[in-house]
Amino acid sequence: MRELELYYGPQHLGMVGNFSLTLQVEGDKILKASANPGYLHRGFEKLMEKRSWIKNFPMVCRINVIEPDSMEMIYSMGVEKLAGIEVPERAHFIRSIFLELARVGSHLFGLWAYANMLGFDTVAQWAMYHRDLVLDLFEELTGGRVYHIYIWPGGVRRDFPEGFKDKIVKTLHTIGGCVPDYDSTFFNNRLFYERACNVGKVSRAEAMEMGGVGQVIRATGMAYDIRKVEPYAAYDRVPWNVPTRKEGDAFSRIWIVRDEMIESVHMIFKLLDEMPEGNVYNRIPNPFKWRIPEGEAYVRCESSRGELGLYMVSDGGKEPYRAHFRTPSYSHGLTVLEKALEGANISDVGNIMMSLYVVAPEIDR
Amino acid sequence: MGKLSLLGPFSAIKFLFRKPKTLRFPFEQKETAARYRGFHLNDWDKCTGCGNCADICPNEAIIMEVHPEIKAVPENGEKNERPKLDYGRCCFCGLCVDICPPGSLSLSRDYLHIHFDPDTFVFTPRDDNADDKAFVPDEQYSILKASLSHRKRDYEGFSSDMDFALFNPDRVEMPEIPPDERKMSFIEQVTGYNQEEAVKEAQRCLECRLCEEACPAHLKISDYIKAIYDGEPAESLRIIYEDNPIPSICGRICMKHCEDACSLRLRGEALSIRWLKRYAADTIKDFKETLEQNPGSYTGKKVAVVGAGPGGLSLAYFLKLMGHDVVVFDELSGGGGIVRVGPPRYRLPEESIDKDVDYIASLGVDFRFNTRIGRDVEFEKLMSEYDAVYIGIGNTVSRSTRVENSEKCLLALDYLEQNKTDRKNIVTEKIIVIGGGNVAMDVARESLRLQNIQHTGKNTVVSMVSLEDWDELPATQEEIDEARDEGIVFNPAWGPKKVILDDFGKVKGLLCMKVKSVFDEEGKFSPTFYEGREMVIEGTMIVEAIGQGPDYSFIPKSLMEKIEFTVRRKLKVDENGMTTLPGVFAGGDIVNINMDAVTAIADAKIASEGINSWMSR
Repeated sequence: MRELELYYGPQHLGMVGNFSLTLQVEGDKILKASANPGYLHRGFEKLMEKRSWIKNFPMVCRINVIEPDSMEMIYSMGVEKLAGIEVPERAHFIRSIFLELARVGSHLFGLWAYANMLGFDTVAQWAMYHRDLVLDLFEELTGGRVYHIYIWPGGVRRDFPEGFKDKIVKTLHTIGGCVPDYDSTFFNNRLFYERACNVGKVSRAEAMEMGGVGQVIRATGMAYDIRKVEPYAAYDRVPWNVPTRKEGDAFSRIWIVRDEMIESVHMIFKLLDEMPEGNVYNRIPNPFKWRIPEGEAYVRCESSRGELGLYMVSDGGKEPYRAHFRTPSYSHGLTVLEKALEGANISDVGNIMMSLYVVAPEIDR
Repeated sequence: MGKLSLLGPFSAIKFLFRKPKTLRFPFEQKETAARYRGFHLNDWDKCTGCGNCADICPNEAIIMEVHPEIKAVPENGEKNERPKLDYGRCCFCGLCVDICPPGSLSLSRDYLHIHFDPDTFVFTPRDDNADDKAFVPDEQYSILKASLSHRKRDYEGFSSDMDFALFNPDRVEMPEIPPDERKMSFIEQVTGYNQEEAVKEAQRCLECRLCEEACPAHLKISDYIKAIYDGEPAESLRIIYEDNPIPSICGRICMKHCEDACSLRLRGEALSIRWLKRYAADTIKDFKETLEQNPGSYTGKKVAVVGAGPGGLSLAYFLKLMGHDVVVFDELSGGGGIVRVGPPRYRLPEESIDKDVDYIASLGVDFRFNTRIGRDVEFEKLMSEYDAVYIGIGNTVSRSTRVENSEKCLLALDYLEQNKTDRKNIVTEKIIVIGGGNVAMDVARESLRLQNIQHTGKNTVVSMVSLEDWDELPATQEEIDEARDEGIVFNPAWGPKKVILDDFGKVKGLLCMKVKSVFDEEGKFSPTFYEGREMVIEGTMIVEAIGQGPDYSFIPKSLMEKIEFTVRRKLKVDENGMTTLPGVFAGGDIVNINMDAVTAIADAKIASEGINSWMSR
């Protein structure tokens, strides 16, 4: 049979963003796939070297559009580690609650993208609507819907407004009440199973070798979660579980996304119960004169797509000497995706890519 | 995982019969949250134009624009600049709101701007009090017209919160000797910052430079504070010396107009600029070694300076650096002039004065102390022998109340001057001080200390009598508070009527009248009293500290006639500091309404330029 080179994206309905793939195909079968990142390079890491510590704070969140909050978190963690800033206990709880809300919002967005890709438009629209309810919560807490610019070094930017706890509970009950509908329409849908089962399989050994994290590695039965491995914020204050599955295919990865959302909701309820009173922000030094002592730090947190790392160096100056992000989509979107696409059907490209939860802006930064 | 099904998904059909969740925009709208980060609001009455918002903006979306219709008041830290936003760049992060020292900036809940003209995205925000047209009540608001010039009233969103402010409103406390301890001796009241405290305090500076415009001598305050923050007090001192050659003195007794303009004071405490200057001056032990200054190459010109006060010292320094020969005459035995006589030891020890004077002398300035012009040297001789003369004599004669028997009272400056010598005044157990200004405070607090030394353990009292009421007292609040802490008794709004003498002609007390008002409707000094409301304050010693005036007796009559005065009895000088006598310059208290050291330094700086160009004309 004749081989053909097929360009998939960046202008393609099934694409995750400004990202493309070059596929070597024989008929419908993919022989080899190579990822082409670079369409979305904005030079954030270089920009960070030219901007003061406080000016980076409203910027880092823009690295990832889907879930900006873990970016804020990791930057704050990095600065706090370098500068030795303590965070009040209540702020730890608010951060955890906030990040879990962000995880729910992000997963709903991911579910929209995935369901849409497979043609399950009804579910996709539900997910989008429910994500909007989460965004309403963000708007109320932070003043912004998408870019919250909320977690900053030293704590968080504002305390909960009055009655906000009840609003969180109410919203999460509204979303949680729809889980049976989601299940019967999508997760237990035979068609979804047929489309996703045994598609884009990645074994645990492969995943580990290629830097797979998050759902990719948890779908192979390994309970690897930074919130457990190296607890930050208030994740060690309440009990919770890491959902895992064994199959390692697209179906199991999406099921983990579902289970994680439910786990997050339960965790938020527990955190809300345990949350102490007190201040939520320890004042940082005057931003115009703020220098951070010489040193380097590597910090990591669990974003909605897996382990997110930040390596940051300070030379004692007013801005970072170097900052580098280790983003989960980088390994998922390049190495894991190329591997998972080998031997797959052309019609499953989007399916596999979405199930790997690739977010293009995170790859390029 | 439940049971997989092909029919299960059809349960979603029930949603067909439910109400849709989608809002039919623009007919249905969603209210934004109470904390929404939308377009800016700026209360121009509160805004000082400090520009911190523009400095912190990560996108450089804010520029400061001059509005000539606003009156700039540098001494209050108010500029006529206001922020202007470019909404093509703004990311609505709200850092500008969190850094805003007066708290005038906030974000509204509006976010819609529809316009054909892209230039309208560049916008100077105001708030709803200022603009009735743009901000309309709810019932007049139409989303079809929504834009920066059609917004809702009372629609504030993300606003300033002091708990989350990016600046630090609390100053580092200056270590101080407690009142009960310090009133027993002349020990210096404040002990000065150590390095850690100074760096911590210097870090609070936002570098908005409002202080520099308020300072009469326009010191580069931001820069020298930054140098202190950087751990370089030597560099800091070098910057101070560019505009102020007496930092040890000014670091202690400056009237700190800068701190009255500091933007941090608006919702917190002003930066301790004076104490930081003191830190720089005290940390550097050897000025000569650190500053590495040399007099300019010799020009062959000679200048005589009358008075070695802050103005005379500064002028001598500036002229010496230009290469002129400078001779300073003063009747006192050391430099400093009024600051040597006036401020008590607990505020300004002589060692600090000498440190500054010695440095200026080390540059080659010729000081002739114990030399009074008019007595030891004729004024005409100065005029003929020197290329220029500078009069910086200050106010050296204390005024008297001239009430009945007031000749039995002591005068403030004589009293203070004597305390600086080895033969300190012998005080009695009950002292009355007349006056409410800073000199009166000095007199009262010195008297208290002398009492505690000379009458230890006895029941002593210092009473103050002033025409002005609490809120009008001309002394600084700091002085008043400290004096009260030390136990000085205040009698505000009482005016002296008569000094009561006993049978032997000694002072027994002061008869006072209750003051109705101190100033007339035009704001002129013209006290009025209540008839019949009198009281007697007991006291066996009275010091009058109601003000000082200059002593021009050294100038011969023939010359005096040529000198012009302003309506407020100040010497008339031109923009170069020259009086109406050619070649005679003047500055300081005899020229300014604002009588303090730093204003005299500012005059000296102007006069040094004036003298330099006068002599090279």
